[in-house]
Amino acid sequence: MGEVVDILLAVSFWVAAVRIATPLIFGTLGELICERAGVLNLGIEGIFTVGAMTGWMAVYQGMGLWGGVLVAVGVGMGFGLLHAGFTVGLGVSQHVTGIGITLLASSAAYFTYRTVLPDVTSPPRIEPFEPIAIPVLVDIPLIGPALFNQTALTYLAFVSVIVTAWVLYRTPLGLAVRAVGENPAAAEAQGISVVAVRTGAVAVGSGFMALGGAFLTMSAFNAFFFEMVGGRGWICIALVVFASWQPGKALLGAFLFGAFDAFQVRLQQSIGAAIPYQVFLMLPYLLSILALILVSRRAAYPRALMVPYRKGER
Amino acid sequence: MRLEPRESTGLALRVGAPASAIVAALLLAAIPLGFAGVSLIAAYYEMFNGALGSVFALTETLTRATPLILTGLAVTAAFRAKLWNIGAEGQLYAGALAAVVIASYAWSSSPFVMIPAMMVAGAAAGAALLLVPTLLKTKLGVDEVVTTLLLNFVMLLFVSMMVEGPLQDPMSMGWPQSEPIVDEAVLPTLVARTRLHAGLIIALVAAILLSLLINRTRWGLEMRAVGANADAARFAGMKIGRVMVMTAVISGGLAGLAGVSEVAGVRGYVTLDLSPGYGYAGIVVAMLAQLSALGVVISAIFIAAVFVGADSMGRAMGVSSYLADLIVALSLLTMLVAGLVARYRIRWA
Repeated sequence: MGEVVDILLAVSFWVAAVRIATPLIFGTLGELICERAGVLNLGIEGIFTVGAMTGWMAVYQGMGLWGGVLVAVGVGMGFGLLHAGFTVGLGVSQHVTGIGITLLASSAAYFTYRTVLPDVTSPPRIEPFEPIAIPVLVDIPLIGPALFNQTALTYLAFVSVIVTAWVLYRTPLGLAVRAVGENPAAAEAQGISVVAVRTGAVAVGSGFMALGGAFLTMSAFNAFFFEMVGGRGWICIALVVFASWQPGKALLGAFLFGAFDAFQVRLQQSIGAAIPYQVFLMLPYLLSILALILVSRRAAYPRALMVPYRKGER
Repeated sequence: MRLEPRESTGLALRVGAPASAIVAALLLAAIPLGFAGVSLIAAYYEMFNGALGSVFALTETLTRATPLILTGLAVTAAFRAKLWNIGAEGQLYAGALAAVVIASYAWSSSPFVMIPAMMVAGAAAGAALLLVPTLLKTKLGVDEVVTTLLLNFVMLLFVSMMVEGPLQDPMSMGWPQSEPIVDEAVLPTLVARTRLHAGLIIALVAAILLSLLINRTRWGLEMRAVGANADAARFAGMKIGRVMVMTAVISGGLAGLAGVSEVAGVRGYVTLDLSPGYGYAGIVVAMLAQLSALGVVISAIFIAAVFVGADSMGRAMGVSSYLADLIVALSLLTMLVAGLVARYRIRWA
């Protein structure tokens, strides 16, 4: 028990929890926006990977950090448009298209990385985003350094949650997004273009996913590795269900997940070799499955999720 | 633009759709090849030659096709009933581990006992791994896409734990590699001095059996009915949960067999790089075959040829072998378009 208390009272634990949560906040928000408009985006894992690679590569080639972020978001939105072209434009299976986008985006990322850097053995590093302390707030015990001494991308994640919630619930655009996800025929009758709104939502959502990937290479690991995304995209899909498709709860879910992950890493260090390390590495995936089971009874999916919409067709 | 369903899809469309999808994917591969800065004609020639240009190349392609047929069949069975099993990769590893557990010690001197026992164990392990998300879906309504995907990661970590722990080969000098299976359990070679093994026969028999099951039996009818319209199937008195469980056993079992075949036919033991994504490529194989069990054999050979050809071209010309994964991904997307054209008439109104 003493060990657990020690972990929970350490500032480094709370800082790590927020850092682990940041890419999940971006990914969960991105998936949430797509699903609220009625489109499941299983391309998320690949878009994370391509965002991580392109953002890093742009900086490595001499663009500034924010230039890299823009490149990552642009590439992510491009893959989002491709996903929307298939699922919204043509109305083909969202499951299969999403898997196809993940395969395409991750193999494109790996192929590009290997083609540009054929001979590197250890991944080259870049100068990442530095933590920025927010005056006064950073002096709050525990919470201060955890929330207010992070990098610019983490602050961007917090702001994104607020902006997304505001757009979804307080603007006509958000109403349109929710309408095409719940009842596209009625939305069309109101003069809303279902195709345009869904396509836009998938593109913006995919941009957020790429940001999650870019955080990994530009604010956490400072380099690009093969298989570095490691299922974070799939975990975000579970978090969206856990969060009942609400941005605020998505933030909470990502924090809980980050705290759990940071906790298991520290527990692993204090327990040592008594339990194989793989058991600890399995925990995030098992926790995601457990989260899905816990909310399964009351999961209220957007009613038109995964239902393709074709004008005039019943 | 408006889409009208066709009443029936003729043979020309059913064969033409995947064929044109493949051609389109190969043509699109010119973009990454151009990015890599190699001569396109030389690259395509090397790819073709490396995959199909000699007897040895052909046996390599068929060796690669063997696990792809089995994972392609696993996906076909599942998707027919709209059970979204994206976990064939994990189920393959479950089957591979079970094969090693059963066959690392010669408890019988007869291959006719050892090999079937290993196959049953591998299929059971794959089926068990898919049963968990399937029961979560039917009993609690938990979406199986995410759970099967996440279980792939859990399974790979479990394999890592086993090959560094209880199943580690004491002779491997610390390398994460399982004990080998005994000679009595090794699948015989089909062509001397090549890697082609009897797993191909197992895969072909599985394709024929699955085709008969889907098209000629009551179970198959139930699977297709649940896939086409679960509410109508329930109304017709079918037990959806039971059909899903049966589908999961077949699908997970086939993916498990792919793992058995790789261990007993190619490697002889389990490592963490046993499968370069055969489970995920199985989805592409199944979609190219338009979920036809016999079609899976042909599309698996094509995907295997892409892998073998791109590998050999990559070695000869210095192009990253991730090109193969790119072409496979492109084929899936072009096939989605081709499948749409095959099923619908496009009216420009």
